[in-house]
Amino acid sequence: MSAQNTQSGKNDKVDDVSGIETTGHEWDGIQELNNPLPRWWLWCFYLTIIWGIGYSVAYPAWPLINGATEGLLGYSTRGEVAQDIDEFREASAARDAQLASADLDTLRENDDLFRYAVSSGGSVFRNNCSQCHGSGAAGAKGYPNLLDDDWLWGGSMEDIAYTVRHGIRNDVDDDARYSEMPAFGELLEKEEITALVEHVRSLSGEEFDAAVAAPGAELYADNCSSCHGDAGLGDRDQGAPNLADAIWLYGGDREALTDTITNARFGVMPPWGTRLTEAQVQAVSAYVHQLGGGEEPAN
Amino acid sequence: MQMLLYDANRAFPLLGVGGGQRGQKMTSDFFKLIILGLITIFAALAADWGRDLAYQIHALIIMAVAAGMFIWVLRRTDEPNNGGIDANGYMDDVVRAGVIATGFWGVVGFLAGTFIAFQLAFPVLNFEWAQPYANFGRLRPLHTSAVIFAFGGNALIMSSFYIVQRTCGTRLWGGNLRWFVFWGYQLFIVLAATGYLLGATQSKEYAEPEWYVDIWLTLVWVAFLVIYMGTLIKRKEKHIYVANWFLLSFIITVAMLHLVNNLSVPVSIWGSRSIQVFSGVQDAMTQWWYGHNAVGFFLTAGFLGMMYYFVPKQAGRPVFSYKLSIIHFWALIFLYIWAGPHHLHYTALPDWASTLGMVFSIILWMPSWGGMINGLMTLNGAWDKLRTDPIIRMFVISLAFYGMSTFEGPMMSIRAVNSLSHYTDWTIGHVHSGALGWNGMITFAALYFLTPKLWGRAQMYSMSAINWHFWLATIGIVLYAASMWVTGIMEGLMWREVDAQGFLVNSFADTVAAKFPMYIVRGLGGVLYLTGALIMVWNMWMTIRGGQKVTAPVGVPAE
Repeated sequence: MSAQNTQSGKNDKVDDVSGIETTGHEWDGIQELNNPLPRWWLWCFYLTIIWGIGYSVAYPAWPLINGATEGLLGYSTRGEVAQDIDEFREASAARDAQLASADLDTLRENDDLFRYAVSSGGSVFRNNCSQCHGSGAAGAKGYPNLLDDDWLWGGSMEDIAYTVRHGIRNDVDDDARYSEMPAFGELLEKEEITALVEHVRSLSGEEFDAAVAAPGAELYADNCSSCHGDAGLGDRDQGAPNLADAIWLYGGDREALTDTITNARFGVMPPWGTRLTEAQVQAVSAYVHQLGGGEEPAN
Repeated sequence: MQMLLYDANRAFPLLGVGGGQRGQKMTSDFFKLIILGLITIFAALAADWGRDLAYQIHALIIMAVAAGMFIWVLRRTDEPNNGGIDANGYMDDVVRAGVIATGFWGVVGFLAGTFIAFQLAFPVLNFEWAQPYANFGRLRPLHTSAVIFAFGGNALIMSSFYIVQRTCGTRLWGGNLRWFVFWGYQLFIVLAATGYLLGATQSKEYAEPEWYVDIWLTLVWVAFLVIYMGTLIKRKEKHIYVANWFLLSFIITVAMLHLVNNLSVPVSIWGSRSIQVFSGVQDAMTQWWYGHNAVGFFLTAGFLGMMYYFVPKQAGRPVFSYKLSIIHFWALIFLYIWAGPHHLHYTALPDWASTLGMVFSIILWMPSWGGMINGLMTLNGAWDKLRTDPIIRMFVISLAFYGMSTFEGPMMSIRAVNSLSHYTDWTIGHVHSGALGWNGMITFAALYFLTPKLWGRAQMYSMSAINWHFWLATIGIVLYAASMWVTGIMEGLMWREVDAQGFLVNSFADTVAAKFPMYIVRGLGGVLYLTGALIMVWNMWMTIRGGQKVTAPVGVPAE
């Protein structure tokens, strides 16, 4: 604090630099000018207050004993979002109805509807499926890759739709696709499982130890072939994976295979028929089908 | 605890125990030793019976502190003790300790923030070997508490102690109680921080510490309030200076907010877990009533108290308008307390509460700006100092960021804007332009103001280092705020993007991937800000050691 300010404040209560009077008080050398409120500041303050009163009359705002004022505009956040959803539903209602009852086997023949289904299905996929199958649908360990042509339960659009609608091995939908591999750790000896692992690796053409694998062929025929087939090609009716194509859901190294045979796997997918509309189920099936591996209907 | 001891100290003459000063001290030491011994034993039992790791570690920390104090008191029983009070001057020892603590915790908080910024850009930095202690989820509250409560809190406490003495023309009330506040607050910080890393949290943003830490903070805070009130009451000035209005409103309101938002029932006194009294949307509303007013009273009103003292002092000019200070003070504290619901737009919160939160937030705009106007206009007649005095420059930029974020805040509280900005990085950018720009810069400037005065030096060791700090911090804030505006608005738009048929275009992971480059920019902003703070700490250290690099005085009052 310069001496000159201190003096002027004490003596005539006017700040020398600005020529404005002070309040006459001083704390540790700090004085206060007696400036009025800035005009623009005061008017902006008034304006926000007036706006605030107006806004709180127009919108739900003031709490009462039961409930609150509803506002002159009848606005509610829930009403707003419901209206948005209704608008979109209305705009797509005709196509959704058409898609919901469409025959998926022949959907690709209807260019316009198919394009709509893929566009809609992509959105359904990104919001509901990408959490497990990845936003690019390439899957992850335990979650099948949907870009390839290796299908556990069938790859026609209708097959895919059934899987989406009912899910896999869930206990919610009675029509869920279901199968269960036994945990062979309770049925076979460790050496037998080791032999099986080597045999299974031989099926898909991976490097294997022939000596260890020797007893594996018979063990495979006795224990595995009823589901996975004699040549290990799998069985889609039971969701039994093809063991001969070098595509592994849980890994094809010795450790993962030993774990799979010993403890079995039990991958679950929820039924989406209860969460999605029929049009959305059909749409997401069309989307997945055209990602790369979709198959023609079996007839 | 020391509060009790202090009272015992005073009470003893009444009981007629002991003969004279020395006898009184010995008896009070005897009581101190008993209490500290009991705490040590109790903490040892708690460490043994504790139901979770965080609680056990905390019990060990408390045991070590109590045992250490026991030995300290025991070794000093024969020494005369007047509480270290210099009867001829202000009680600045605790302010000096606060200055050091503020610098220390600032660096800790900025370092944690910079690290977690890079964790978001490179998730591999959530090191496998450090799990679960050093994952983002646990380090994030460590960062926010370190900067708000450790850095900001120490800045507020030490400034309060400094300002209230000067503007009341009297020493602090309560003798040794000031050290209880200082050390008790540091213990609160250590317990909170270690608790987060060990997984003890009640999952309320900015109120994460568990029940026993909350109780401890309550004791410390009440002692703080008592000292402050006691000093105000025995003031030698007729009127109470405006800085003290703000600081007192900050101390009282934070006590109220802390008590209500932390109402909970411990599962066991031998464990850190507790159950909140409120549930559902009531709990959410209480939390954001607390959370928003932590911003309003801790980071706004408290720091305005600092502003009203340090800016006129450094500028050597009178405060611009006494009338404005009255009007904006009362408007600010009345309006802020209602604005919390704007954190809960489009949730289970009823629409009426959301509307009121928004309306009060917008009316709050001008009262908030009152502080900026009063601060900036105080420089009338001293604007030339901007060229020569880097400390004044820091005060000015902090007021500029204060003005910007108190405009941005009301704007973001508008429901339509909020539907875009909420849950995006825009919010993160907003709080950082306030925290780094306003709270950080004004605290740095206050530290540069206080350090030479408290250690009896003519000025800071290096004025050019202050200049470096100013530019590093300013560029750091600009990088931070700009990158978060970009990512925030981008992800808000991507989340709501629909194609011609009304279908959502992006998955969540798409928005995360799109933000990556800006996350690097944000991290770099943090590095710059941290570097500036390290330069400051070095400069403070050199000043305290007594070095004088620059001899020409900088920032002399305008003649």
